[in-house]
Order: sequence, then structure tokens, then C-alpha cells
Amino acid sequence: MTFNSVPLSWYLMLSAILFVLGIAGFLYRRNVITVFMSIELMLNAVNLSFVTFSYQLKQVDGHIFSFFVMVVAAAEAAVGLAIILTVFKNRQSLRIDDVSSMKY
Amino acid sequence: MNLWLIPIFPFLGFLINGLFGRRFPKQVVNVVAVGSVLLSFLWVLKTITGLGAMETAHVERYFTWIQSGTFNVGVDFAVDRLTAIMLLVVTGVGLLIHTYAIGYMEHEGGYYRFFAYLNLFMFFMLTLVLASNFLLLFVGWEGVGLCSYLLVGFYFTEKFATDAGNKAFIVNRIGDFGFTLAMFLIVRHFGTLDFGTVFEQAKNPANSAVPFFAICMLLLLGATGKSAQIPLYVWLPDAMAGPTPVSALIHAATMVTAGVYMIARSSVLFTHSPAAMDWVAAIGMATAFFAATIGMAQTDMKKVFAYSTVSQLGYMFVGVGVGAFSAGVFHLMTHAFFKALLFLGAGSVIHALSGEQDLRQMGGLRKKIPITCITLFCGGVAIAGLPFTSGAASKDLILETAYARSPILYWIGLLTAFMTAFYVFRALFLAFFGKYRGDKHPHEAPFVMWAPLAVLALLSLVGGLLSVPRWLEPMFPEKELNVGQLITILPFIAGFLGIALAYLFYVAKPSLAETAKNSMGWLYNLIYNKYYVDEAYDLAVVNPLIQGSRSVLWRGMDAGLIDGIVNGVGRRSRGIGNILKLLQSGSIRNYAAWVVFGSVILLIAIGLSGGPR
Amino acid sequence: MWGSQSWLQPAFQLAYLMTMYNFMPSGDDYIRFLPEIIMSVMGTFFMVLEGILGDKKEGKGLIFGHLTLATLLAALLACMYANGFPGNAFTGMLIIDGYGTFFRVLVIGVGMLAVLSSYQYLKREHAEAGEYHALILFSIVGQCVMVTANELIMVFIGLEVSSIATYVLAGYLRDDKRNNEAALKYFLLGSFATAFLLYGIAWIYGASGSTRLDTIQAFLANRDVAHNMALIGTAAALMFVGFAFKVSAAPFQIWAPDVYQGAPAPVTAFMSAGPKAAAFAVFVRVFMTAFGPIVDRWEPFVWSSALLTMVIGNFAALMQSNIKRLLAYSSIAHAGYVMVAIAAHNQIGVSAVMFYLAAYALMNIGAFAVVAHFSRQGEKYVNVEDLAGLGWKQPVTAALFAIFLLSFIGVPLTGGFFGKFYIFKAALDANLIWLSVLGLLNSAVAAYYYLRILVVMYMQEPGESMASLQPLSTGISVTLWASALGTLILGIYPAAILTFARSSSAFLK
Repeated sequence: MTFNSVPLSWYLMLSAILFVLGIAGFLYRRNVITVFMSIELMLNAVNLSFVTFSYQLKQVDGHIFSFFVMVVAAAEAAVGLAIILTVFKNRQSLRIDDVSSMKY
Repeated sequence: MNLWLIPIFPFLGFLINGLFGRRFPKQVVNVVAVGSVLLSFLWVLKTITGLGAMETAHVERYFTWIQSGTFNVGVDFAVDRLTAIMLLVVTGVGLLIHTYAIGYMEHEGGYYRFFAYLNLFMFFMLTLVLASNFLLLFVGWEGVGLCSYLLVGFYFTEKFATDAGNKAFIVNRIGDFGFTLAMFLIVRHFGTLDFGTVFEQAKNPANSAVPFFAICMLLLLGATGKSAQIPLYVWLPDAMAGPTPVSALIHAATMVTAGVYMIARSSVLFTHSPAAMDWVAAIGMATAFFAATIGMAQTDMKKVFAYSTVSQLGYMFVGVGVGAFSAGVFHLMTHAFFKALLFLGAGSVIHALSGEQDLRQMGGLRKKIPITCITLFCGGVAIAGLPFTSGAASKDLILETAYARSPILYWIGLLTAFMTAFYVFRALFLAFFGKYRGDKHPHEAPFVMWAPLAVLALLSLVGGLLSVPRWLEPMFPEKELNVGQLITILPFIAGFLGIALAYLFYVAKPSLAETAKNSMGWLYNLIYNKYYVDEAYDLAVVNPLIQGSRSVLWRGMDAGLIDGIVNGVGRRSRGIGNILKLLQSGSIRNYAAWVVFGSVILLIAIGLSGGPR
Repeated sequence: MWGSQSWLQPAFQLAYLMTMYNFMPSGDDYIRFLPEIIMSVMGTFFMVLEGILGDKKEGKGLIFGHLTLATLLAALLACMYANGFPGNAFTGMLIIDGYGTFFRVLVIGVGMLAVLSSYQYLKREHAEAGEYHALILFSIVGQCVMVTANELIMVFIGLEVSSIATYVLAGYLRDDKRNNEAALKYFLLGSFATAFLLYGIAWIYGASGSTRLDTIQAFLANRDVAHNMALIGTAAALMFVGFAFKVSAAPFQIWAPDVYQGAPAPVTAFMSAGPKAAAFAVFVRVFMTAFGPIVDRWEPFVWSSALLTMVIGNFAALMQSNIKRLLAYSSIAHAGYVMVAIAAHNQIGVSAVMFYLAAYALMNIGAFAVVAHFSRQGEKYVNVEDLAGLGWKQPVTAALFAIFLLSFIGVPLTGGFFGKFYIFKAALDANLIWLSVLGLLNSAVAAYYYLRILVVMYMQEPGESMASLQPLSTGISVTLWASALGTLILGIYPAAILTFARSSSAFLK
């Protein structure tokens, strides 16, 4: 079991770092698609946490949960890309800051 | 006794006129509107005679409105001696004013709508009076406010009327806020809102932990809103923008007295908190005095009477505040007579002059509209408190009790009485004596209008003979008053002096009034502008509210700070004011930054409060 | 015999295991899940039917509309029926109790009213298609799953099913720029917030070893959890972010005005009532049961959030001229009142939440239905000023709208009054005196902007916006009458709902 050579907390830390990277991507990136991919990154970070906890607890629940998350993320991707497409059709732009006509 | 019939008649009138009135001829609308109030008046008479002495409250429970655990609120009506007086005043004066309105509103548009609202008002007012718990009272309380709002804004097209309606509604919301909080406190400490139970428990010395002072002060806040007392009186003078019968019914005789009624009703709670009683008396006295001074300089006839109403309501507050609950209620009744009379008379004058309200455009009307003139002077002597009139009986009782509590109250009250006599007769002399200064062709009011005036005039003169304090004795035990002869007589003298001064200024030597006005120019201006209270409120409360929310949340929310952080701090150095303009820039990244910001704050707070429990 | 066929061995073993551990759903489980089944099947069927009918079919809107109403009615009946089978379904994934049934009925009712108010709207915008109704059904399925969830997995799935359908609905008119923008904002920010929620779920799973609400509750109540309080606190905070976002509570309310303004009016009506009620339902359930034992930790956050939400909602609404945006801010403010009840964290508070959400859903749907009716094609007339003279032109519409506005203000004899009454009673019972005082003051401020609409409607001369106003369509007028009647019934006879709400808030010990 070479797995044991890496402490579990490292996985959690990696997950947290990935999550924060996702947040940062959402905040800093200007392309809608990249922003959307940042969300996927956050979801994957969560999945890593689930799997880690699941391994630690010697349960299968966390694994199952991560499958659910993947399925939902796929559905979200389908819908999200469709929405992004209609936005692009109407505005000929994928810059996230261009989509700000409604405010105050 | 089927008490529910009393409010339901006007409600039916409202439904019939409101739904079908548009298609009815005016006569039918009249019959429905006045007939419904008449029926309700007759039922009140039958109820009161049927109940006899009413040593205890007669309660009728109809159905349980809310039930949640041990907390119950029912739709219950009750009649006791206090309610009986209120019922008679509301339906009786209401009936006269409805009759009067037939003549007054004849040429106005939206005739059926006016009467529908008026009937709806009667319904809510009677609910308020009959209610046997605080919540039902509050329903009536809000309902009359709503009707007042509808009726004040009755002349839709005039922007002033709608503004006045708004002002009334919003100021009353502040009062309602106090009332609601008081109700919550009562529920919390007594577990019920039923009058009987609450008052019974309040008498129990075991309940000494109840914050009577807080409850009473909050109730007082509610009362100051509805009864137009300092600091919430600003709406009433503006509310005169409504048709005159409305001013008479709602803003003089009935609705505005609801606050006094409510305090009298809650007398058991108030007697537990002498400090709150003192507040009631002080607020009442201050209002009475200030409103009277403002009344002296108004040139609009209805405005004069409006401030006089505020002032007289102040007297009632003094009455209930010094513990003379029965005197307060007595004054409430006599005031309903003579103030309704004054307003209706003013309406008759306005009607005769085709809408003119400015005293400077009147004069010499004595010969042209004699009946109105005579009845108005009857009202005048009553409010001035000349001997043997109704006003004298009730006002003196209040002043004497006030003297027993604190002589200062008495002396201010006396001064106010003097001013009252002065400004009321100033208005009357300006209108009826001297030479006619306007250019209209005055004509006497029709019978339907002057008949109610005559009845009210009679009541104003002899209404004092109804011995309300003795009738209320079982509910509000009278204290033995040992005040000197002089104290009893001085108010009469003050009244005479006020009238004499008014006569001197406005009939005998009109030039004196100008001289006096000029010699005290700044004071006159201050009073003429109502102490700039409206302006001060605008400056201190209304504008900051609007401006603040404008700059904080609404305008120009350019993404100052967040953009700064995101794009590298300092790239766009902006004023600190932009920190306030952060929200709602329309940009998704900005919004996400807010979400992150909120989460970080949350996590930090959790972290700080964390650690072992 | 069977056993000898080795290739069947694994399947046989699985079946054995499922019966052994009672994994096989029982008949009762299907009854408990019946409303969702009905709606998902019909929603899928709609997609097929849409393909069969094609683009040209006349009266497609009517067919789908009626079918949706029938489906929702069936689902409603199924909910009532399912309420007769209380208990856990699917090995504790779902729980059918009075609380769940209450909210199921509420969201399905909201769906019916939303469908009724969109007949004419869809026709006007030339957008009558089956997917609109299918999406509404799917969204309701998600909400139903949410409100009956007994598992954080189900909470997540319900939330996502509901949200994904709503994202699409918000951008339903593909060629409308405002619709696109609303959809994109809602989608990106919504997914962003969901990620937080999910991360929170992961942590609480890691801390407690379970995602079942009752197990987590037991874990937090019994075990000495002080040593990993940081973990639990973080989890609670992250989940709070996710839920607060969905219910548009401050400081996570920012998306709501833009999305509510941009989405088609009937969709706004739907999403400001249904998904919001469901999100509140699950918020309450999770925080009152799973995180119930650490209530003294999260209560201050709900407290501050409630206050902030009320203040931001009310003061921002003061300045709005677009009526959809105004109602959006008002809906934020109302979320704040509900948060007050949650902060009270007692049983009256929970029943106040239930009552208020029901009353709020009715008046809000009604108000947005008026906007849907009034705005005309392309939502041209959405400013408060455009309503000038509605009281003269269409007295019935104006009168019904006035009822909703009075209920928003909280005038007695309307549902809004009792809603506020119970909320602040609950708050005072929980000794939240300052919060109640500030909340009541807020509601006094709020009267102003609702009143402005009343004034414009009744006391200003009709402008050009009145010229092209059509009479009320049947669908909208049914919506308006039903919501107005409901609002008044809740105001005059609140016991109707309150008794049920009280008995079903008993899941709180």
C-alpha cells in the first residue's frame, strides 16, 4: 500500500487549494467559458474531498456522492453551454463584463 | 343582543354602494348610505336600552380567529359603559354627518364612491369601538386609517390631496409600529390579547414583572399617531385636503379620538405606570399649547379648526394622563359635538362661497348665511368654554384634575383655553363680521345641510348636561377634588377674555391686529409657518432616508473597491465614497466577489467564535 | 437450479443483498414518491409530444398548458395521498411528513398559478412550446425532492434539478437580451454558490461520517465534538452560503434583482415563489435538525443576515422605478422577514416560516401576474409610472393588485399581516427584541414604496401606456382571483393553515 505514504490531510489540502483556485478563476477570468470551467474545477475539488473522506471512513457513501456530483456537473455543463451560446448569439461576445446591462 | 349587526349595516351599505352604486341614481345611493347608518344607530339605542345598567361588560363571542397553542384570539365584541358612549357618538354624529354630506357632495364627482368609503369607515370605526381584544381593535384601527387615506385623497386630481393621503398613511405607520410592539409585549407577558383577561391579570399583584412602562409608552406612540399628538401630529392639518364632511367625521369627531379611547380602554395598564401617565399628560399639554399657538395665525378656515382639533385632542390626553379618564372621554364626546359642528359649519361657509376657504376672502357673511352663522357661534362658545356650554363642563373637569396633579399643567391649560377662545372667534369674526371682501355670491345651505348643524348646535350647548363622568364612575372611580373656587372660575374668564380680545382685534379695531402682528414679526412668522416642523422633518428624516439609500445602494454602483482589488489595487484610485457604491454594478464577477466576501466574513466569524464550547 | 448457473451468480447475490438489507423500495416508497414520479414522467412525455406536434400545430400552448395543469393537479392529489403514508422512503433518503407535504403542496400550487399566468404571455411572445411546461414540471420535481429530503445527497440533487430547470426558464425567450443576461447571471452565480454548498456537505460528511440529517444531528448532539468544531463550523458556514444564496438573503442576495428583472414575468413569478419557498424549507430543515444542536453558533449569523437583508431590500426598493426590479428588492426584504423567524429557532418560528411563505407566495405570484398582464409584448411597460390610471382603466385588476400590495405592507385582514405577526411573535418569544424592533421599523419603511404604486394606480391620470392595454385574459384573471382570495382567507381565517403548520413543525423536538 504505497497509498499510505501520503497523509490524508494532504489530499484535503490539495482539495482546498483547488477550490480556492476555482474561486480565483471565477473572479479573475474574463471569458465566460473559462469562468464556467472554474466552477467545474471547484466541483472537482469537492469530489476529491468526498473521496478522501470516504477512504478515511472506510465507507462507500462518499464515492457515490462524487458520482452524483459528476452527473449533475455534466447536466449543468449541457445547460450552461447552451445558455452561453445564446448569449454569444445575441451579443457576439464572450467577455463576461459585457453582460452587465441590468444594474443598480 | 346581536352586536355584530351594528357594524354590519354600514358594511352592507359599503358593499351595495361600492358594487352597484355607479348605476344607481343619487337618491338610492343616499338612502343606502344614510339608511345603513341610521339602522346601526337605532340598533345601538336598542342595545343600550336593552342592556340596562351595564355594570359589567356584555361580551359576545363569535368565532375563534387564531388559535395557536394556548394563544387564542377570537372575533369578540363587547359593550360596557365606555363603549356605549363611543357607540352613541360614532353612530349619532356619523348619522348627522352622512345626512349633511348629501347636500355637500351633491355637485361632486364620484358620489357613490364617496359614500361607499364613508360607510366602510363607519364599519371599521364601529369594529374598533366594539372590539373586545387588542388585535380586533387593531384591525379597526388600521381600517379607519385606510379609509382616511382613501377619503383624504378623494380629490384624486389634486396632487396635494394625494400627498396629504400619503403623509397620513406613513406617519400612522410609525404609530402602528408602536402599537404592534405593544401588542407583542402584551402577548408575551399575559399570553392573551383579550381585554377582560389582560386587565384582570394586570390587577393581580403577582404580575409585577410586567414592563408596564414599556407597554404603555408603545401604546402611547400608537395613540400619538392616530390622535395627532406631538411628535406625529403633522399629518392632521394636511389631511384637511379631503372633503369637509370627511374632516368633520374622521378628523374631528371619531377616528382621531381613537387614541384617547384606546388609552382609556387600557386604563388599567396605564394606572400601573404613573411615569407613562405623566408622559401622556405632558405630551397632551405640549400638543394642546403648540397647536393652539399655530391656530392663531392660520388664514385657512379649515386649517384653524384642524389645529384646534389637535389642540383639543391634547386636552383629552391631559385628561386621561392625569387620571381623569372619565373627563377625557367626556371631552371626547363634547368635542365630537362642537368640532363636528365647527367643521360642518365651515363646510357650509365654503359651500356658500363655492370652495373659498381663505378667511381673508370672507367677511360680513352674518347677514347672507344667518343659520350657519348662528350655529357656528354656538360651536364657538362651546369650544371657548363659556359657562353652561358642553365644552365648559368637560374642559373644566380636565383642568381641575390637572390642577390636582400639577398646577403647571393647569396654568398652561388655562393659557391654551384663552388662546383657543381667541383663535376660534378670530376665525368667526373674520368670516361673519366686517365687510364682505370676496367676489362670490354667497347662498344659504339647503335643509339637509343646516338641519344637522342645528342638531349639533343644540348638543354643543346642552351636551354638558349628560353626566358622563357619573355614568363612567363604576369603570373609572373619581377622585375627590379639592380645588378652590377660583380654579373653577378662571377658565370661564380666560374664555371671555379670549373672545373679547378677538372682538377688539377683528371687529372693533382691526388696525390693532396688524400692529400686533408687525410688532412681533418673527414670532408671527414662526407660528405662521407652524414652527417649521414639516421642514425640519423633511430635513432630518425624509431627505436623509431618500438620499442615503440613493447614494448607498442605488446610483453609480461603479465597482470601485472590488474592481480595485481584482485589477490590482490602486490602478484606479477613487474616493472613499465609492466604498458605499459597491453593490449591484451589473457585473457577474463583481457579484461573485460579493459572495466570496460574504463567505470569508462568515468563515472568519466562525473561526473567531470557534474553539471548544 | 438457479444457483448452478454461474453467470447469474452476481445478479442473484445482489438481489439477495438488496432484500437482505431492505434496499428494495417497498410499495409504500413508491406512493411516497408518487408526485415526483407523475411529474417527471409527464415532463419527459411533453418533450416527446413536442417533437410529434412540431412547430406548426395551432393551439399548442393550450394543449401543453392544460396538460400541465392536469399533471400538477394529479401530483397535488398524490401529495395529499402520500401524506397518509408518513415516514422514510428509500432507506431514509426521503422523509414524508407534514412539513414536507405542506411545502410540496405549496410549490405545486405555485406551479399551477405560474402556468395559469403564462398562457397569454407565451402566446404574446410567440413562444408556445412544450419545453416551457416540461421545465416547470422538472423544476417542481426538484423542489419536491428538496422539501422532503432527509439526506444531504437528496438536498443537493433536488436543489440542482430545480435550479438547472430554472436557469433555462430564466432565459426562456432565447432572442431577448435581458433574458439571456438573466439566465447567464443566474446560472454562473447559482453554480458558484452550489459549489460552496457542496463543499460544506463534503466537510460535514468528513466530520460526522454521514450525510443523513438525523445521523448528523445525533452526532452533533451526543458525541463530544469540540475537537473538530472548526471543521463542523466551516461546514455549516459553507452550507449557509449555499442556502442563503438560493433564498436571496444578504450578503448573497445580489443576483436576485438582475435575474428577477431580466426573466420573463411569469417565470419571475414562479421563481420568486416556488424555488425560494423550497430553498427556505430545506434551509430550515437542515439547520433545525442536522445543525440543531449547535444552534447558538449559527443563530448570530442568521440574525445579522436577516437584518441586513431587510435593510438592503427595503432601502434599495425605495429607489426603483422598474416595477419588476422593485418587486425583486421587495422579495429580498421579505426573505429578510423569514430569516427573522429562522433566527428565532423555535417551533412558532418554523410555523411562522411556513405561514409566511404561503402568504408571500400567493401575493407575490399575484403581483407578478399583474406585471405579466400589464407589460405587453416584449415587456415594454415595466415602469411604475406606466401603471398610472390603472385604477380607472381596469378597476378589477387594480383592486386585486391593491390587495397584494396591502398584503405586502402587512395591513390587517391580509395574509401578509398575520405572516409578519407570527414572525415577530416568534422572534419576541425567542428574546430577539432588537431584531423585532428593527424588523418592524423596516416594515414601516416598506409601506412607502408599495404605497407609491397604489398612488400611481389610483391617483394619476392615465397615460399613453393605457391605450393598448388588453382586457384580462382568463388565465391571468384566474391567477389573480385565486391569489387574492387566498391572501384574504389567510388574513381572515389564518387558522386554516396555521393549525396544520403548527402540527407539522413538530419535527423539531
